Amino acid sequence: MLLAIDTATGIVGAALHDGERVRAEVVHHDVRRHGELLAPAIQEALREAGIPAAELTAVVCGVGPGPFTGLRVGVVTALTLAHGLGLPTPQGICSLDALAHQVMGTHEGELLVATDARRREVYWAHYAVGPTDARRIAGPGVCADADLAEQLRTLPTVGRGAELYPDAFSGVALPDVRDVRPGALAELAVRLRAGDHPDAETALLPPEPLYLRRPDAVEMRR
Amino acid sequence: MDEPLVLGIETSCDETGVGLVRGETLLFDAIASSVEEHARFGGVVPEVASRAHLEAMVPTIERACREAGVRLADVDAVSVTAGPGLAGALLVGVAAAKALSLGLGVPLYGVNHLAAHVAVDVVEHGPLPEPTMGLLVSGGHSNLLLVPDVTHDIRSLGATIDDAAGEAFDKVARVLGLPFPGGPHIDRAAREGDQVAIDFPRGLTSGRDMERHRFDYSFSGLKTAVARWVQAREADGEPVPVADVAASFQEAVVDVLTRKAVLACSEHGVDDLLIGGGVAANSRLRALAQERCDRAGIRLRVPRPGLCTDNGAMVAALGAQMVTRGRDASRLDLPADSSQPVEQVRS
Ligand SMILES: [Zn+2]
Repeated sequence: MLLAIDTATGIVGAALHDGERVRAEVVHHDVRRHGELLAPAIQEALREAGIPAAELTAVVCGVGPGPFTGLRVGVVTALTLAHGLGLPTPQGICSLDALAHQVMGTHEGELLVATDARRREVYWAHYAVGPTDARRIAGPGVCADADLAEQLRTLPTVGRGAELYPDAFSGVALPDVRDVRPGALAELAVRLRAGDHPDAETALLPPEPLYLRRPDAVEMRR
Repeated sequence: MDEPLVLGIETSCDETGVGLVRGETLLFDAIASSVEEHARFGGVVPEVASRAHLEAMVPTIERACREAGVRLADVDAVSVTAGPGLAGALLVGVAAAKALSLGLGVPLYGVNHLAAHVAVDVVEHGPLPEPTMGLLVSGGHSNLLLVPDVTHDIRSLGATIDDAAGEAFDKVARVLGLPFPGGPHIDRAAREGDQVAIDFPRGLTSGRDMERHRFDYSFSGLKTAVARWVQAREADGEPVPVADVAASFQEAVVDVLTRKAVLACSEHGVDDLLIGGGVAANSRLRALAQERCDRAGIRLRVPRPGLCTDNGAMVAALGAQMVTRGRDASRLDLPADSSQPVEQVRS
């Protein structure tokens, strides 16, 4: 039983996947209380699926990019839970990959994922979406909306970036895909781990946040 | 083996601490510090600290268990600093503790950092007298606490109204060209100096202040006075007597700290004073506190320096006391609270 968690966008949540299907998914829409909501969401998902934590066999987490504080809550939860259960080190997945995965079935062709990076910037990545998989062509990156190449900004877009900066993004916003659903992350993880995805070799990452930005701090001069 | 085995996690500032305590016995205290990463910034950078906590968390838990010779599966409860402290840093520890509690199926205790500074002495000097007076001095806090029961009844008698004592040490060290963190460097420099060379101000000790701020502290004016004194010397083209400035500054700090702590003991009828926090490692503070406590008939307790600075053992020690006394565990949705009041011992 695989546990997937993601805290990179506007959803804090957890999903359980048995290799065939998502067995439970618990989500909260709250970008301020990751620390409070995530562990109870995992507990609730386990309860919903009717299995004890000891029956988990793998943990995966979205590693962003996303606002750092929430991102760290997800990653440290995955790491510590896996360690506590004696499981292998969790695998990370770029959270934007999960968003692109979520449009399959409703969209084919090029796609821009743009999420809220705060400070008037977006996290972005560029995908080619086919009938069975979404493949990242470029990114992830972080920049001001207007600094993103014109040919990317005019693509169909998912994530909250386009609705935050409607002037910059003229492509069609696909309305139902705004935040990472942990169930989608779980599905993608199961396929990647099974080698059932063209990017299986590269898309599984170490469990470390994709910060993309250095800490704001000024070194002291003497 | 009836005594509870508790794993404690501390991440309120720049130390990732994981301690294992069984009952009142410390098994191991593992610390990973990011202080060197902060040194080049001249102070703790919250984002740098948070990143370091995340990287250090699992390795520090592993090391604590290995060195203590226990398996995680044997842990009876997990405790964690819920506040006060740096918000982002606290969150990493709290999330880790919740994950462990969830994974191991054991209770979780979100505890107050200041209470843990008091509770840690149990593993060094045995059960705490009730009540105990706590003087906590570090880069983040300067508090006088009346502690009838460290697991659920702590009363704040006073606190700094501006800088923490340790913060004043850091800032004065900077003025004197000494490295960060300033405490140990000032302590060392002061040994060569004359503590009565310069008469620096003692904050909040005048008649009216002793009415309104009887057990409060203030170190901001002292810090400014030191900076002005040094600037005046430099403006006159004279060398700065670093040792004398360090000794006189340090004396002003520890004089007020100990004077008010001993006064608080006498006025509240408390026979035991416990000093904790990083500044408790200061040799002059220990010496003067001992002298004044002896004179007033007060027993002084100071944990060894490694247990005075922030660490996981103190959180585990408090957690173990809570288990032993049958206190309720915390809920899994407990928040990290960067400004948690000291009266709130458990979240
Ligand atoms: Zn402290």
